[in-house]
Amino acid sequence: MLKILKYSFYDLMRSRWSYVYFAFYLLLGVVLLFLNNDLSKAVITLMNVIIVLVPLIGTIFGVMYYYNSKEFTELLLAQPLKRSSIFLGQYLGVALSLSMSLILGLGIPFVFYGLFESSAIWDFSLLLITGTFLTLIFTALAFNIALSNENKIKGFGYAILLWLFLAVIYDGLFLMTLIMFEDYPLDKLSLVGTMLNPIDLSRTLILLKLDISALLGYTGAVFKEFFGTNFGLIVSFTMLTVWVILPVLRIVFKSKRKDF
Amino acid sequence: MVSIKNLHKKFGKNQVLKGVDLYINDGGIFAVLGPNGSGKTTLIKSILGMVIPNKGIIEVLGNNIKKNSDYRHKIDYLPQIANFPSNLKVKELIKMIKDLRKDTDEDERLIKLFKLEPFLDKKLGNLSGGTKQKVNLVLTFMFDSPLIILDEPTTGLDPISLIRLKDLIQTEKGKGKTILITSHIMSFVEEVSDEIVFILEGKIYFKGTIQDLKTKTKQPDFEHAIASILTENHA
Repeated sequence: MLKILKYSFYDLMRSRWSYVYFAFYLLLGVVLLFLNNDLSKAVITLMNVIIVLVPLIGTIFGVMYYYNSKEFTELLLAQPLKRSSIFLGQYLGVALSLSMSLILGLGIPFVFYGLFESSAIWDFSLLLITGTFLTLIFTALAFNIALSNENKIKGFGYAILLWLFLAVIYDGLFLMTLIMFEDYPLDKLSLVGTMLNPIDLSRTLILLKLDISALLGYTGAVFKEFFGTNFGLIVSFTMLTVWVILPVLRIVFKSKRKDF
Repeated sequence: MVSIKNLHKKFGKNQVLKGVDLYINDGGIFAVLGPNGSGKTTLIKSILGMVIPNKGIIEVLGNNIKKNSDYRHKIDYLPQIANFPSNLKVKELIKMIKDLRKDTDEDERLIKLFKLEPFLDKKLGNLSGGTKQKVNLVLTFMFDSPLIILDEPTTGLDPISLIRLKDLIQTEKGKGKTILITSHIMSFVEEVSDEIVFILEGKIYFKGTIQDLKTKTKQPDFEHAIASILTENHA
């Protein structure tokens, strides 16, 4: 698996898109720091961008890489390699190179701005950790979609729909349920609802760490009580890990039964 | 070398292989023939484990291939269309495959044989079809495995490379290897193969020497013998 990972990683590192992605984050980091002139504020703005953009890029890149490397995959399948190591290697190759672009692209400008002397370092690290988690989750979901769909156009379509659903539609539906059942105590339900969507989970996690939960009213207080504690933090990260593991298991399962 | 029992494969509603029984002995060149869509490539891919059969048992060198990948150390496979990662150099691809399988020095001899030296530093995406096929051949023949599977090996080759390929196949046969070939070029099949396996509608229709086939169909030459099977069966 490590050999496949190495080759997929090198392959992507040499492709133009990794640089574009890296350059984009570099630019974003520099511009935000320049405009905000303050590390903590830049972190908040950055969060809004990352929460939406990282899943999108992960999804698109994952699907694109899978379909583009189809020939390479077939070449590998005829070699004495296990199927699970081929696909996991490719998946990790994509996910790790994307995470690296994210971490380096944002990390470099922030470090030069004086991140290490600032109190925002923990918030910033949390941002990068959740960003990495989101990359791992959405690349895995994208691989699942691509493995299940031979047709490229369908695969891309489903991938975009998935992103749209989790990033936008889910929130809408969630909000509507809360309004419809406003007469009932909803704090438990909203907590569970947040847990079930990795994007919401990441957003809440960061917002509450940034100490702006007062904006969220009573529910915010409930959330703060939960997410603010170490227990909440551990549960949240466990949930994010589950969100990585489940799709990865399906990649292994699905790839063993597929015809090429 | 390869034993296949009662192999079935369906793609959706399309039943491609309907109970293939085939035994391939050690040593010799076997040509797998059949009209388009008869299941040749599916059969070969089943042997390689790329297609997972619905039913049936495949054994390669005495090992059941189900849930196994190590047996592929014993197989060299030439895929039908040589599509390689396009932003890789020829040199890098060869190095990579060697790294994934095992180290060998055979590649240098094969590169010389097919005159590929000037292309080693070029990217695979910029090569012509024939040159890609030559690279494909180098990748296949550089490992000294007892079973060689060639899917349409002649595609895109110029006459001189074709002669070199035929020589290469004969040399490998001389080492006692088993070689499976599919091809639509009947003259090529007639020239190189010892035995043919004819697949029709997902079943083995005929297995034997070319001479046997000619006797069976009462045709004077090979091409007409094949054609007569196809017309008789309205395929």
